Amino acid sequence: MDNQLRIVPLSDREIQISRGFNAPRKLVFDAYTKPELVRKWLFGPPGWSFAVCEIDLRVGGKYRYVWRGPEGEMGMGGIYKEIKAPERIVSTERFDQAWYPGEAVGTVVMTETNGRTLATTTILYESMAARDAVLRSPMERGLKAGFDRLAEMVEGMK
Amino acid sequence: MNDATLDAVFAALADPTRRAILARLARGNATVSELGAPFDMTQPAISKHLRVLENAGLISRSRDAQRRPRRIEPKRLADANQWLEKYKKLWETRYKGLDTLLEEMQKGEA
Repeated sequence: MDNQLRIVPLSDREIQISRGFNAPRKLVFDAYTKPELVRKWLFGPPGWSFAVCEIDLRVGGKYRYVWRGPEGEMGMGGIYKEIKAPERIVSTERFDQAWYPGEAVGTVVMTETNGRTLATTTILYESMAARDAVLRSPMERGLKAGFDRLAEMVEGMK
Repeated sequence: MNDATLDAVFAALADPTRRAILARLARGNATVSELGAPFDMTQPAISKHLRVLENAGLISRSRDAQRRPRRIEPKRLADANQWLEKYKKLWETRYKGLDTLLEEMQKGEA
């Protein structure tokens, strides 16, 4: 296991994001679920800061994140569907703005090996339109991509 | 790239055999039989995968009438890549922050 970030499309409505961390999963789980810790890393784009970070960590409980930036506020939230500390969190997610039709369901799975943790997040969008809308959001605006990593990407997806 | 195209591209990329075929083509053009060689699959099965890739605009056929080698269409893949890159940049930034936080937590500072 390395700490490299991997993002692969699992199907036409699913994206999987995985990343290794040099810490036991109990800590990673806390970092994902305690508001005072989430505030320290779940950043918005540069120039945006956390305005609201509320988490009611129980099945049926809600969470809500709001970032404030030059373009105003951006909020998202959802409901916890499944919690198995410190290894699995399933929650719905929906952004406030209308550009996001329907909900997505996010599943975070944490596996620990020799004191290190692999966190795998799978996001299932309700529709392809929703998935695409997310990526046209203010959150993503201004980020540029290069074309030069083509072969690397394909190799990385094997 | 419009939504329908992006959908076709991601559906095509969601299959490991098709990703392996693209990875092979990223290194140079290849014929159907060359592409099929690493897989325990019939030629019709390989051809089916190639059709999906072709319909998504990820590969095309060269004009060489005899062998009709397939070639990769880098622009289409780059568009899909660009989409993924946006996502990746955001998460890279977040996870670097998380690295720092976890380090602090392990030192008992957070």
